[in-house]
Amino acid sequence: MSEPIQLTLGPLLFNWAPERIRDFYGRIADEAPVERVHLGEVVCGKRAPLLDNAFADAAERVKAAGKQVVWSTLGLPGLRRDRKAIAALSADQESLIEINDVSALLDRTGPFVAGPLLNVYNEAAARELMGRGCVRLCANVELSLAAVSAIAAGCPELEIELFAFGRLPLALSGRCYHARHHGLHKDNCQFICDRDLDGLDLQTLDGKDFLAVNGVQTLSHGVQLADIPPADLRAAGVTALRLSPHTADMVAVAQAFRAFADERIDGAELAARAGAARPPGPFVGGYLRGVAGLQPAGLQ
Amino acid sequence: MGSIELVCPAGSPAMLRAAVEAGADSVYCGLRDDTNARNFPGLNFSPAELADSVRWAHDHGARVLLAVNTFARAGASDRWRHSIDAAAGTGADAVIVADLGVLAHAREAWPDLRLHLSVQAAAGTPEAIAFYARAYGVKRVVLPRVLSVDEIAALMREIEVETEAFVYGGLCVMAEGRCALSSYATGRSPNLDGVCSPPEAVTYTEEEGGMVSRLAGLALDRYAPGDPAGYPTLCKGRFVVDGALSYLFEDPVSLNAMSLLAALRRAGVTAVKIEGRQRGKAYVARVAAAFRAAIDAMDAGEDPARFEPLLADLAEGGRQTAGAYRKTWR
Repeated sequence: MSEPIQLTLGPLLFNWAPERIRDFYGRIADEAPVERVHLGEVVCGKRAPLLDNAFADAAERVKAAGKQVVWSTLGLPGLRRDRKAIAALSADQESLIEINDVSALLDRTGPFVAGPLLNVYNEAAARELMGRGCVRLCANVELSLAAVSAIAAGCPELEIELFAFGRLPLALSGRCYHARHHGLHKDNCQFICDRDLDGLDLQTLDGKDFLAVNGVQTLSHGVQLADIPPADLRAAGVTALRLSPHTADMVAVAQAFRAFADERIDGAELAARAGAARPPGPFVGGYLRGVAGLQPAGLQ
Repeated sequence: MGSIELVCPAGSPAMLRAAVEAGADSVYCGLRDDTNARNFPGLNFSPAELADSVRWAHDHGARVLLAVNTFARAGASDRWRHSIDAAAGTGADAVIVADLGVLAHAREAWPDLRLHLSVQAAAGTPEAIAFYARAYGVKRVVLPRVLSVDEIAALMREIEVETEAFVYGGLCVMAEGRCALSSYATGRSPNLDGVCSPPEAVTYTEEEGGMVSRLAGLALDRYAPGDPAGYPTLCKGRFVVDGALSYLFEDPVSLNAMSLLAALRRAGVTAVKIEGRQRGKAYVARVAAAFRAAIDAMDAGEDPARFEPLLADLAEGGRQTAGAYRKTWR
């Protein structure tokens, strides 16, 4: 009997209020069938000081519920404070951390997860990271399942995680688009990204939903749904699925993925249940098939 | 060479010669495949053309840097290794690399080959730069276009390798190498394929209210009758947010930081770089000549800013910006 595919709750990408963070992770700790929970600010270092206490409380709750906590580093550090925060996480060589920028590799000797914001596109790059302590790779969202499979084949000891649910993290910038949209400067942004709990929707000129803005990050408007049959996931070397936090009912989403990974429900039922949890957009899944990321899910 | 090295693009052997004749100190180019980030039809060099061009450049006192700066395709990284081997075999002066696996191959197979870190690697902190220097012996880092001049100066105080800064041409708004907008819309992207907003996905249609440019069917901009239509690069499109239409990410502008040459030199930058391997020899001849004149003027104690308007008509949308180098851009 093969090992069950694990479920991971990815780091929160949005600027939620501390109370919302505490409530959210309290419920995840008690009710969501996930093996591990990533915590920490990965998008904008300016938010971190406001949220550190809430994340620390969340970590206690999650650990007390018997789930693993993994702290994730910032994706695009700039300020001295960002760099210090990364160095502090990286210096704890005993704990598993997730690395989202090369900065954190400098003095790292302990184990780490290579996050989806790192550019790992092939088995040779993955092997470089394994030589430095990488134990799990959450594949970059651009990669097809065939590419993920080639990486897994070249790195048999590496655990492979797939970004399976949520708006896709597509880009990071030095410019804050929330600030720009509201006519503010990034240095005096008033933390206005806190208004959009799943990101700020953006349409094309002719009114088609396309992207969502989250401070310095740009996300897809569509919501990734990896509805690939578990046998195919296993054949490609996938050992875990990552669910990215949204205002959707993430407990229901995790329960649906648990049932899907255990082959109790099929892809159509997964989409129906995850859709009933009120995700912020329609399901997409093109990347995994090697086509445009915005192509719909459900065609596996 | 002046006080700051001028690095110019070449999409063909003829463009390489034009750049050197116009005053480039170094020229960068790529092989004709997806191992470089300007993988466009009809562009780039065969291995034989590269060998000839390196000889020609060396005879004319210029250096050739080979860009092998895309991320190797899973299960097919042989092609990237071959590009590195080709560079080493032809005597190219350096390779410009972004991928960890390709860096490792270069370091192991060609320990004497000079390594430059591509902007696609997005190394923007002293720690990231030190990592690449320590692990792979990288000698120069092409700086991400998210840093202001003051930040570059601060960075230079904490690192021990050379830096190269883009000063002219197309302007990525996102951190380079950290953007998948193009593949989300079209299936092809800089990191996967060496292209952004690829030409085969572009259409223009006459509609009520003017010409509409689209990428993969997504309407990115509309032009009034008679106005020149721009290329629909995703991050320079007009989008609707909260019912308001705007160039949310960036206006259709291009980078011109000529007025900041002296500040970049003071910050400790070794080389300045022109974007645009896809833009042909007439383009590179003009831009190289203007920057040569500006650098020479600066070295003679004059203000190089007077050369800046010379290039205004080459800019995307006819408009130029100093981008992130001025902090107000954010």
